[in-house]
Amino acid sequence: MEKIKSLTDLKNLQEKLNSKTGLSNRSDNAGENIRVKVAMATCGIASGAKEVMEVFIEEFTKRNIDAVVTQTGCMGYCYAEPTVEITKPGNEPITFGYVDVKKASRIIDKYVLNNELVDGIIPVNYETIDNK
Amino acid sequence: MAKIKFHFLVCGGAGCQAAKSEAILKNFQDVIMERKLETEIQVIKTGCFGFCGDGPIVKMMPDNTFYTKVTPEDCAEIIEQHIVKGIKVSRLLYQDSGNHENGSGFKTRGLHKKQIRIALRNCGFINPENIEDYIARDGYQALGKVLTELTPEATIEILKKSGLRGRGGGGFPTGLKWEITRNVKADQKYVVCNADEGDPGAFMDRSVLEGDPHTVLEAMAINGYSTGADKGVVYIRAEYPLAIERLKIAMKQAREYGLLGNDILGTGFNFDIEIRYGAGAFVCGEETALIHSMEGLRGEPTVKPPFPSESGFLGKPTNVNNVETYANIPAIFLKGAEWFAGIGTEKSKGTKVFALAGKINNVGLIEVPMGITLREVIYEIGGGIKNDRKFKAVQTGGPSGGMLTEKDLDTPIDYDNLIAAGSMMGSGGMIVMDEDDCMVAMAKFYLEFTVEESCGKCSPCRIGNKRLFEMLEKVTKGQAIMEDLDKLRNLSNVIKDTSLCGLGQTSPNPVLSSMDNFYHEYLEHVGDKKCRAGNCKSLMQYIILAENCIGCTLCARNCPVDAIAGERKQAHLIDQEKCIKCGACMDKCKFNAIFIK
Repeated sequence: MEKIKSLTDLKNLQEKLNSKTGLSNRSDNAGENIRVKVAMATCGIASGAKEVMEVFIEEFTKRNIDAVVTQTGCMGYCYAEPTVEITKPGNEPITFGYVDVKKASRIIDKYVLNNELVDGIIPVNYETIDNK
Repeated sequence: MAKIKFHFLVCGGAGCQAAKSEAILKNFQDVIMERKLETEIQVIKTGCFGFCGDGPIVKMMPDNTFYTKVTPEDCAEIIEQHIVKGIKVSRLLYQDSGNHENGSGFKTRGLHKKQIRIALRNCGFINPENIEDYIARDGYQALGKVLTELTPEATIEILKKSGLRGRGGGGFPTGLKWEITRNVKADQKYVVCNADEGDPGAFMDRSVLEGDPHTVLEAMAINGYSTGADKGVVYIRAEYPLAIERLKIAMKQAREYGLLGNDILGTGFNFDIEIRYGAGAFVCGEETALIHSMEGLRGEPTVKPPFPSESGFLGKPTNVNNVETYANIPAIFLKGAEWFAGIGTEKSKGTKVFALAGKINNVGLIEVPMGITLREVIYEIGGGIKNDRKFKAVQTGGPSGGMLTEKDLDTPIDYDNLIAAGSMMGSGGMIVMDEDDCMVAMAKFYLEFTVEESCGKCSPCRIGNKRLFEMLEKVTKGQAIMEDLDKLRNLSNVIKDTSLCGLGQTSPNPVLSSMDNFYHEYLEHVGDKKCRAGNCKSLMQYIILAENCIGCTLCARNCPVDAIAGERKQAHLIDQEKCIKCGACMDKCKFNAIFIK
């Protein structure tokens, strides 16, 4: 990696990243892939998030679904771990709670492939710094 | 198969369930079946929306309409009007007090969303092991702005204006701390991140480091620039291996990208960070003890002054801030001091992260604006008390804190109000207790922790807390006399007044606070030898009800200490002297013949 040598370089890199991944806090959903984020802080991992993440990766490969699976930090919903957030192109992100290995497959069958939701969705209950 | 066009999200949080959300789910299903809409509408049960006061909540997707206070009888109307005719049911629409459109999505629900995530803004959004995720969300731009546009003095001025106070518990104004460190002349200065999170039940610092490590690195660099330090140290407890691993990855990446090291962003500013591990002593969260531990000495506190800002790590001026404090800082420089100061109360600005635990439905990590009430935290965000039990108290401030009770439910939470209410902010553990929790036992629990963690340097803390613990043990065992209660209070005050550091000065707080708020429970333990919560085993008696006992001998055979005697087919009897109150007999009895008195 070449070092970032100025604030302008940093801003250019940010712009490049955002056009590529759509990960910005501003853009609603610019990405083209399905994005799956698995909450993997210590507590999430302890309640089985690693296994859940493996299921998503395996199933997507097996079924030839174009998706990006990444880990992320704690989403704060300790009561509903493991938690997984899924963003489909053109849709708002949806957070699923109580996702065990079985439920992970069900989420793929229902939501990823058929746009049907499953029980245990966690509504976003906070403001981000962008709209506050 | 037809495609699902509508989703009804029915809140399945405990508060809404108590308000019949199950019946709402069922009625929706029935009407949908009746009208043969099952291929178009799907009804889903969700987690808590965090507006339990307006429950039960139903959210319609995709148009994001919110219906509040829905009853099972409304279901047919909602489907008839909203779905079939396309008209929203206006009487159930969420009424916002702001200028927002009725019933629109979350983003415009301004006033009613209880949480604002500033310190946790990236937790759960970015991959903490990828610096580019952080950069994509404005990462290191605050540092860039500070280095290119602001002098160190102007940087500190902004921080002072923001009103940010230390989130580790003390609440000292952060900007002022930075200014003091800046004003000391020295050839070498240090900035230290205190990640020795030790309060039982508090884990916000771990979550920040595991979810967004770069924000801490960025804020430390800003701190270095404005105080004149080119070295930073993160002091983190060794019990946090994942946080350490992610921190190391973040530091490596930041160096590769030139965001740590020499000549950062071409400005000539040099700054780098190293990690030191804490070996698990609670007192090392105290800044002087932390510094001694970093120097390889025993983790014991020393009297202030001199403050670390004047003479700290290796005798050099050292600025120590907590993880959560740091996590707020990049956001302040990106959004402005006025923005930050616009959130919170007069003297406590911004937000606080709390770890909500105990007898509460939605256990979790929350970030709320200062000034929110305990009632909102417990009953709206927390979804209320588990199993509909009665609320008794909230313990805040960990082993240094106190109990807040029913009378404090509507007090706005900030540094000063919590102290006025006999507790403190602390690092943000919030343990909710219900009627089944004994307040004497709770005080004893915290004191046991302090006794274990006292470094032993000063007598009031080392010996005093031990004696205090023994007295509490007498109370919970029903062996105390009334005079002991006065002794408890007196000794608590002595320890408070004479201990060397914050640990000892605050350790009797749980005792004093529980005595202030629940003196009747102490009296009952001593006078009536009773624990109303049924918590203190020594004060409980397992009794066999003679008319229910058929003499099957099952209890006697299962008693580990042979405390139960009785002939076959005759009522048995428990020898209270021998009984260890394990409850095995009660578990085994099939005739409900054993009860607790």
